Amino acid sequence: MFEVYLSLFLKSVFIENMALAFFLGMCTFLAVSKKVETAIGLGIAVTIVQFITVPVNNILFQHVLKEGALAWAGLPNVDLTFLGYITYIGVIAAMVQILEMTLDKFFPALYHALGIYLPLITVNCAILGGSLFMVERDYTFAQSLVYGFGSGFGWALAIITLAGVRFKLKYSNIPVALRGLGITFITAGLMAMAFMAFSGIQL
Amino acid sequence: MKEVKKALFDPIFNNNPIAIQILGICSALAVTSRMDTALVMSVAVSLVTAFSSMFVSVIRNRIPSSIRIIVQMTIIASLVIVVDQILRAYYFDLSKKLSVFVGLIITNCIVMGRAEGYAMNHPPHLSFLDGIGNGIGYSVILMGVSFVRELFGSGKIFGHVIFPLAKDGGWYVPNGLLLLPPSAFFLIGIFIWILKTWKSHLIDEA
Repeated sequence: MFEVYLSLFLKSVFIENMALAFFLGMCTFLAVSKKVETAIGLGIAVTIVQFITVPVNNILFQHVLKEGALAWAGLPNVDLTFLGYITYIGVIAAMVQILEMTLDKFFPALYHALGIYLPLITVNCAILGGSLFMVERDYTFAQSLVYGFGSGFGWALAIITLAGVRFKLKYSNIPVALRGLGITFITAGLMAMAFMAFSGIQL
Repeated sequence: MKEVKKALFDPIFNNNPIAIQILGICSALAVTSRMDTALVMSVAVSLVTAFSSMFVSVIRNRIPSSIRIIVQMTIIASLVIVVDQILRAYYFDLSKKLSVFVGLIITNCIVMGRAEGYAMNHPPHLSFLDGIGNGIGYSVILMGVSFVRELFGSGKIFGHVIFPLAKDGGWYVPNGLLLLPPSAFFLIGIFIWILKTWKSHLIDEA
């Protein structure tokens, strides 16, 4: 039983890395990876939000939206899956807001460290993508907990690594027109190729 | 008139959403291995951007600023649901291939970024054109990248054979790298390089 969850965790961190295998959350991935410190802060924030929203959306999907899921309320023929997107994004926006208020009240140091990045997480596609993959693969609640944490952690790992590489790039002599965004794309491409090495692994 | 032209044409090269504003990159990388998925994605994103900008702009003076993100999200999500349902009804195969990426238009930063950055303080008709312009800017890159990837990666354009493959008795040996997702990074990186060499005022000091 434990092995199933361990392999799901490793799969979501390395083989199906949100940033480098599915290219989700790219906008922030490329824009906020200039400094290692901010990358770490954003990575932590994404992991926390992902760990909360994927299981919450899982509960909603399994007990309200899925075809026949409303049987407990006496409505066995109702299929609300088309309301999925608006529900998930609503949950994500609400969770981010709640998390922001909680952190502000109880962990002000962490709140100030995350700053502007916390509200921006609402529009990070890695978060919505996590929920949508969870729905597509019909995960159970326990699986969604592991998947939520694993995919968030994998994304954090990727952005911190990219920030480290970009920090070193400052000292290289890059063609002027390629500086900034251009070289970042190419670096991310090389990193994605390195992560493809995991793709053949069967767990 | 000048303003209309600016709203429509500026985003195509001068302020391209992908290459300059770094918006909406996720889908640009993931759906570009074939031209048909890229085309569907371009059309869907352009329409959603245009209409969401227009609707946000219509009610812009009535949205309290503290909840504007949620209001914008609701408008965008409703439009995306419409697009998704249409794709499922009429183009089921394509909608299966695009998998979660149709849903991810909601969090495509182009849509959100234009609603927040342009539609909130411009009238509806300009916002609509700005949405279309950004959609075209996005489409240009998507179609360019998918053209290179499909032509050299599998010798086809829109699924029609252009270069007969060596394994089917033709002469072309496809470059497998181009079918793999990382190649999209390289192509967009090179595109930005060309664009910035051509329009040198866009070079940023980083």
